[in-house]
Amino acid sequence: MKILVVDDFSTMRRIIKNLLRDLGFTNTQEADDGSTALPMLQSGDFDFLVTDWNMPGMTGIELLKHVREDERLKTLPVLMVTAEAKRDQIVAAAQAGVNGYVIKPFTAAVLKEKIEKIFERVDG
Amino acid sequence: MAALELDVSNGEFEKLFGEKAKELITRLENNDVAGAVGLIQDLQKVRDENLYQEIGRLTRALHESIKNFKLDSNIQGAGSEIDEAHEGLAYVVDMTAKAANKTMDMVDAALPLSEGISTEAVDIKRDWQRFLKKELAPAEFRDLTKRISVFLDNTESNTKKLNGNLNDILLAQDFQDLTGQVIQKITTMVTDVESRLVNLVSMAGHVDQMTGIQHDIAEADIDEVDPTKGVGPQINAEEKEDVASNQDDVDDLLSSLGF
Repeated sequence: MKILVVDDFSTMRRIIKNLLRDLGFTNTQEADDGSTALPMLQSGDFDFLVTDWNMPGMTGIELLKHVREDERLKTLPVLMVTAEAKRDQIVAAAQAGVNGYVIKPFTAAVLKEKIEKIFERVDG
Repeated sequence: MAALELDVSNGEFEKLFGEKAKELITRLENNDVAGAVGLIQDLQKVRDENLYQEIGRLTRALHESIKNFKLDSNIQGAGSEIDEAHEGLAYVVDMTAKAANKTMDMVDAALPLSEGISTEAVDIKRDWQRFLKKELAPAEFRDLTKRISVFLDNTESNTKKLNGNLNDILLAQDFQDLTGQVIQKITTMVTDVESRLVNLVSMAGHVDQMTGIQHDIAEADIDEVDPTKGVGPQINAEEKEDVASNQDDVDDLLSSLGF
């Protein structure tokens, strides 16, 4: 399972990577915004994308839209982990085809639950 | 900060204006046209003099404000208060990042130690229970005593390291005090700037009144933010209707959308 973690703050990337490692996912890579992440996704064989929303350059929601428009990436599971909590934004993310939405600050248990739920649905 | 004398509207202008206006009507009623024209000229003069005074005050207040905030870096050479605020906030970001990284470094170093203690303890406990049930051969027992001895030594030194890491994590929280002080200073500065701006606006209001200028401010107020750009963390989320205040709210909203 190869995972791409996208967040503009290196501390948050580190926290998410550590939590993923605890859950048994050790093959993770990092990007600091959507415009760096998209080419990585297009050229690498990632199985899962965890992205923040508010980032300089390309935002997470734009990245999600690009992923869904890309023929090879459109089925990639995407988990949004963000401080963006407006109802309109959550609805917009759902409409853009997000697979899970976790708001910051979050706990390890919540992250675990959402990731498991995504893979249950993807595998099932 | 020097006390401001910005809000000087002693009503002299309005009083004088009112008196002259009444006199004007009386003169017109008495067909004293020449006198009335003279009065209109007086009125104009009163207005002009007051206008110059108000503009003078406004200019002085603006100048004072610029001086106090050292906004014009040409004057002082030193950094302005705005520059200081920028530097202060950059310092906060830097300090919080360092504290977070230091804490994570310590946790990363501590986890293998505590995992090691736990794994060894499980191993030893298994053989210890076999010993209690007298299932252990003498050779195995000698091996067990050696392992217990090593385990005790390792535990002693590893817990010492763990204590050190925990203490370092504790110390890394000192950023809260330091960044708190910087943020409080910036908050005071922003409040200061705000009250000075309010004063300036009120002075400019007098000038507007005398010149009869009316601003169309309705349009400028509308500044809708594009939500796809992201707006950052919500403060006091519980009090806002259009905001999910916790993960349960998010889950409820998503499940109502068929997730």
